Amino acid sequence: MTDTAVLKVRDLKIGATIYPPGEKPHEIEIVHGISFDLEPGKVLGLIGESGAGKSTIGLASMAYGRGGVEITGGEVWVNGRDILQSRHSDIRKLRGGEVTYVSQSAAASFNPARTIMEQVVEAAVEQGKFSRRDAEGRARELFAKLGLPDPDNIGARYPHQVSGGQLQRCMTALALCPEPDLVVFDEPTTALDVTTQIDVLMAIKEAIRDTGVAALYITHDLAVVAQVSDDIMVLRHGDTVEYGPVDQIINTPQEEYTQALVSVRSIDHEEKAPTEEPVLSVRNITARYKGTKFDVLHNVNVDLYPGQTLAVVGESGSGKSTLARVITGLLPPREGEIHFAGRTLTPDFNARSREDLRELQMIYQMADVAMNPRQTVGTIIGRPLEFYFGLRGAKKRQRIIELLDEIELGESFMDRYPAELSGGQKQRVCIARALAAKPKMIICDEVTSALDPLVADGILKLLLNLQKIEDVAYLFITHDLATVRAIADNIAVMYKGKVQRYGQKSQVLSPPFDDYTDLLLSSVPEMKIGWLEEVIAHRKMESAGN
Amino acid sequence: MKNIPLSALVGLFFTALYFLGALFAPLLAPYGMAEVVGDVWEPSSAEFWLGTDNIGRDLLSRMIYGGRTTIFIATVATIISFTTGAVVGIFAAVAGGWIDQVLSRFVDLIMSIPTLIFALVVLSVTPVTVPMLILVMGLLDSTRVFRLARAVAVDIEVMDFVEAARLRGERTAWIIFREILPNALSPLVAEMGLRFIFMVLFVSTLSFLGLGVQPPEADWGGIVKENKDGIVYGIPAALLPAFAIATLAISVNLVADWVLNRTTSLKGGRG
Repeated sequence: MTDTAVLKVRDLKIGATIYPPGEKPHEIEIVHGISFDLEPGKVLGLIGESGAGKSTIGLASMAYGRGGVEITGGEVWVNGRDILQSRHSDIRKLRGGEVTYVSQSAAASFNPARTIMEQVVEAAVEQGKFSRRDAEGRARELFAKLGLPDPDNIGARYPHQVSGGQLQRCMTALALCPEPDLVVFDEPTTALDVTTQIDVLMAIKEAIRDTGVAALYITHDLAVVAQVSDDIMVLRHGDTVEYGPVDQIINTPQEEYTQALVSVRSIDHEEKAPTEEPVLSVRNITARYKGTKFDVLHNVNVDLYPGQTLAVVGESGSGKSTLARVITGLLPPREGEIHFAGRTLTPDFNARSREDLRELQMIYQMADVAMNPRQTVGTIIGRPLEFYFGLRGAKKRQRIIELLDEIELGESFMDRYPAELSGGQKQRVCIARALAAKPKMIICDEVTSALDPLVADGILKLLLNLQKIEDVAYLFITHDLATVRAIADNIAVMYKGKVQRYGQKSQVLSPPFDDYTDLLLSSVPEMKIGWLEEVIAHRKMESAGN
Repeated sequence: MKNIPLSALVGLFFTALYFLGALFAPLLAPYGMAEVVGDVWEPSSAEFWLGTDNIGRDLLSRMIYGGRTTIFIATVATIISFTTGAVVGIFAAVAGGWIDQVLSRFVDLIMSIPTLIFALVVLSVTPVTVPMLILVMGLLDSTRVFRLARAVAVDIEVMDFVEAARLRGERTAWIIFREILPNALSPLVAEMGLRFIFMVLFVSTLSFLGLGVQPPEADWGGIVKENKDGIVYGIPAALLPAFAIATLAISVNLVADWVLNRTTSLKGGRG
């Protein structure tokens, strides 16, 4: 503890008002007394699952509470002043001047009606730190430093004219432009593809090093935070679990929870050899969306065997979700056929028989919107039973309870509404709904990407377990290679609408690689200090998101 | 239901008062509706609380009976307008394609003609009876509800749970009534409060113009029409229905506001 600290947080307590359905609104405490110091030029990583309070702490360092959140106790010292005691006008000078903020979704945070340059220099000019000319000069320097193409002119573009990864770097430039003493990065790479993430990460890391600014780096991904931070604070339910240097947290974690985070994705899955008859054969599928002039899928061929898992991997825009839409019949293909359980499927789902619909189920990425918020869990799971098998009354209830047991929830969940479930529980209910139809195959579209790592792990284990019991095949769409390693039997790597590499897991994941697969595989963050520099040094091809 | 704000309580109280008054009109009114009991335009007295009207009928009794007619017509017309508007609107959103186009353009066509003029034209060629009045008002107003219901349903229709229901093979009726309607209900109910008031104004306007409720039946618009000449002599009788309409409008809207607030807070913060 020294007085040189840029940010000094002491016993920070944060409360919020919650509105549970059917109850009176009441106050709860979401952060219970957090303390830490941040020296100039250092980076502190705040890590934890959703609800751990990490973003709330980040915003509290700007004396801000989002929504109904209120700072109820403790001290936050920035450059030797307790900002929680400051007047409103002083806090205005602090925000965007001494402390700046980089949010998760740059696309949602930029004003689409104004150019990037206007927005990047706004805070610096407003705070009187630079004249407009100087600020623009500084912005161009930062654009160059962050590796943006054509740094002299990119500022004249509008936010939609640059890619997601570039926009995230523009936002970093925005945050660094007023020469702040502290930058709060709130999940800056979470919304990006792995191959793009790595470039943004490198750019952020270099910019922090070169400008000597202190930073709070908030993320749920321990491997990412290990690359950029000096210290790490692990948070859970608003409490500090462990706080120490990166090296210690990664290599010799003390607490059980941290150990679980470090060793996540420890699922061992022996791949199965292909059997005779595939349950699903996709043959020469070419597809495009209505009203567009280019094909999103080119001549795609894959097979899925009964009781096995085919993982379709690729970054956004690779056509992997489109493939799912073609198989389900939401998007009839231009060419090609789909064979399912020995039959040829009609291209449009409206014309498919009820049997076809029943045997091919789907689980969505966002469990929130995949369930009708006005139906209870019992209704959601019970409807397929009633619809496909005509079960009613006590028999239906019996089967719902069986399904709830299979997904490791319980009878008590039957009368709950989706809003009363956690993210992982919601996804479990969606799995039960799919299983209720007794399908031969389930399409899992990014089912774990919206979940915290430990919760996602639980879902994957459940899916593998259910596969053994129900003998159901999964078509698993994901961008996360760690997930693929955990559950796949066969893998199809997709790139720009084509299948780049296809085969059994062991073949696909062993060298020699083609350039794209190599890029994809090497971009998955590893929990190793110095990994980022190694990868950047060895890259063969640029990521598409740049 | 414990946390009803004061404004909503006030709204609920007065709304209930008006509806109860309408329901029990024969018990509450001191005199008969069409009974001539005094002189023309008598001032208010212990005998006639609000005075008498242009031919000597008790104004309070006429206001109570008038409220009964007005509120009855407005309520039934609102129900008709909502059931047709909401069901057809959601159907258009779910069906999409040319069905949606035909329905939406037809509604645009109807809406392009001023409602009052349309209603006057229709009512001048048909016999003016209460059921006819209700039907014309309800159907004309359902175009507005159609627009709202379709707009809300289009947003809900693209959500994954609707797609899941389609992929399950559900029929359109299930998708409309079980998947979309329960989620569209809150904005529709809030809108219902506003539309009800428009209905009250609409039927009053029609009566004022002589094409609504026919004498000797009383209704608020009719009372204004009968007593409008009194204003010249400083007789406030014509203003009483205006006051009644205004207070009913405000109290119903207080309730509607509360319903709207409740629905927005259901979504929670960052959820």
